Amino acid sequence: MLRVEHIQVFYGDLQVLWDVSFEVDEGRIVVLVGANGAGKSTTLKTVSALLTPASGTITFEGTRLDRAPSHKVVELGIAHVPEGRRLFPEMTVEENLIMGSLASEAKSKRAETMSRVYNLFPVLHERRRQPAGTLSGGEQQMVAIGRGIMARPKLIMFDEPSLGLAPLVVASIFEIIRMVNSEGLTVLLVEQNVKHTLSICDRAYVLENGSITMEGSGRELLHNEHVKAAYLGI
Amino acid sequence: MEVFFQTLVAGVLKGGLYALIGLGMALIMGVMGIINLAHGQLMMVAMYITFVLFHYLGVDPYRALPISMVSLFLLGIFIQKFLLNPLMKVESILPENQVLMTVGIGIVLTETARFIFSSNFRSVMTSYSTAVFFVGGISFSVALCFAFLCAILLTAGMFWFLLKTDLGRCIRAVAQDNEAARLMGVNAERIKVLTMGIGAMLVAAAGTMLMPVYYLFPDIGGPFTRKAFVITILGGLGSTVGAIFGGLTLGLVEAFGATYIGMDYEDMLGLIIFILVLLFLPGGFKRLTKV
Repeated sequence: MLRVEHIQVFYGDLQVLWDVSFEVDEGRIVVLVGANGAGKSTTLKTVSALLTPASGTITFEGTRLDRAPSHKVVELGIAHVPEGRRLFPEMTVEENLIMGSLASEAKSKRAETMSRVYNLFPVLHERRRQPAGTLSGGEQQMVAIGRGIMARPKLIMFDEPSLGLAPLVVASIFEIIRMVNSEGLTVLLVEQNVKHTLSICDRAYVLENGSITMEGSGRELLHNEHVKAAYLGI
Repeated sequence: MEVFFQTLVAGVLKGGLYALIGLGMALIMGVMGIINLAHGQLMMVAMYITFVLFHYLGVDPYRALPISMVSLFLLGIFIQKFLLNPLMKVESILPENQVLMTVGIGIVLTETARFIFSSNFRSVMTSYSTAVFFVGGISFSVALCFAFLCAILLTAGMFWFLLKTDLGRCIRAVAQDNEAARLMGVNAERIKVLTMGIGAMLVAAAGTMLMPVYYLFPDIGGPFTRKAFVITILGGLGSTVGAIFGGLTLGLVEAFGATYIGMDYEDMLGLIIFILVLLFLPGGFKRLTKV
């Protein structure tokens, strides 16, 4: 479904991604794990066309994304739930959700999708008139995920959804991600919370210093000695 | 006491127009993150359009309002699309340097106006330019009242647009978090172009409505850019609600200053308030209202 091939990405003169390739098959949960600064967020931003790769190709269902503008990527059916949630703080919860559904198809089904999001997160319905900036971290993450769902995407990318959340909330966020996936959405997940992530994914890639060093099923990597030592602390 | 109320009325009426000027400036500030130092010069262009339409074609300034607004909307779009957005694409140019570009645009507009119209003072003398009506001994300028009403309608329409339409939400989204807005599929560049158009359109409305009671010469843009800047600082950078309060405050300060201290100090007082706000309320009124 999504195929990233040999991309090289720079911030100015500094190269941050070296020949990164990976693939996301339809209906799967695929994760990119790695330490802080390994290039995980950069990879997602490149898929979303916030960054342009110097070389390499990105294709989504046969369409090239690596030279497309970011709004085109959204229209094609890729939603990006960014790191740090990045809500519009002065907008209400409801307006934030609306912002997720700008593309014409998502817009025509806005009310329907919104009630689905409120079913998924009843607390957001209670807080729908509240400015998003006044919510707790966990609630903000729910808005961010809801905003992603509002786009009715085919592929949804989560960047560190567990960042800064209490353990109990983290568990429920992962539960939601699994649920979204079971409803047919393909998931690309970036996480530092390696143990939790590897246990729910179909396929995983390990990103180290800007290149992919390992790949395999979640189970394989969970038992890999290097992964155990470097990320699981066993 | 009568003098006091007369001054109050004058200040509020003027403040309504200032709010319109400030609103456009605040929108541009919020979305582009820059101070548009050609704001007053754009208003000057709108005033000359009004003048030409009146003087040569006999078009009443209020009829000219839609023409000047549309013209400036297009001029704003042109400026953003061809003069400001390209600067963003050059990595070695800091985004802040767009401000320098606006200074240049302001100079070009001013000197072009001087070239065409010379430096002479112009005015538009309509039948109602000096018309007033009295309520309880206080005089109201017909033209300024009408301008105030239009300003309120335009401001209300603007807020409806910003709060209730997808396009308006996109403008606010880009102002609040450009990158997140792009992730939502917002074409940020187009939103910037549109915002500059709207900002220019609002200041054009203010300029045209001032024409029946004001005078015009090419350098009039500078003082109004300064006023617009003061208004946005008073209101809090990028705050649209703040800009309205900022506009009213500046109008009132100028009016009371002119009445109780002296006409010559009108402009100075605005700047004194500006300095006081920077010293004691650095976030402007935005800090108080949180919007």
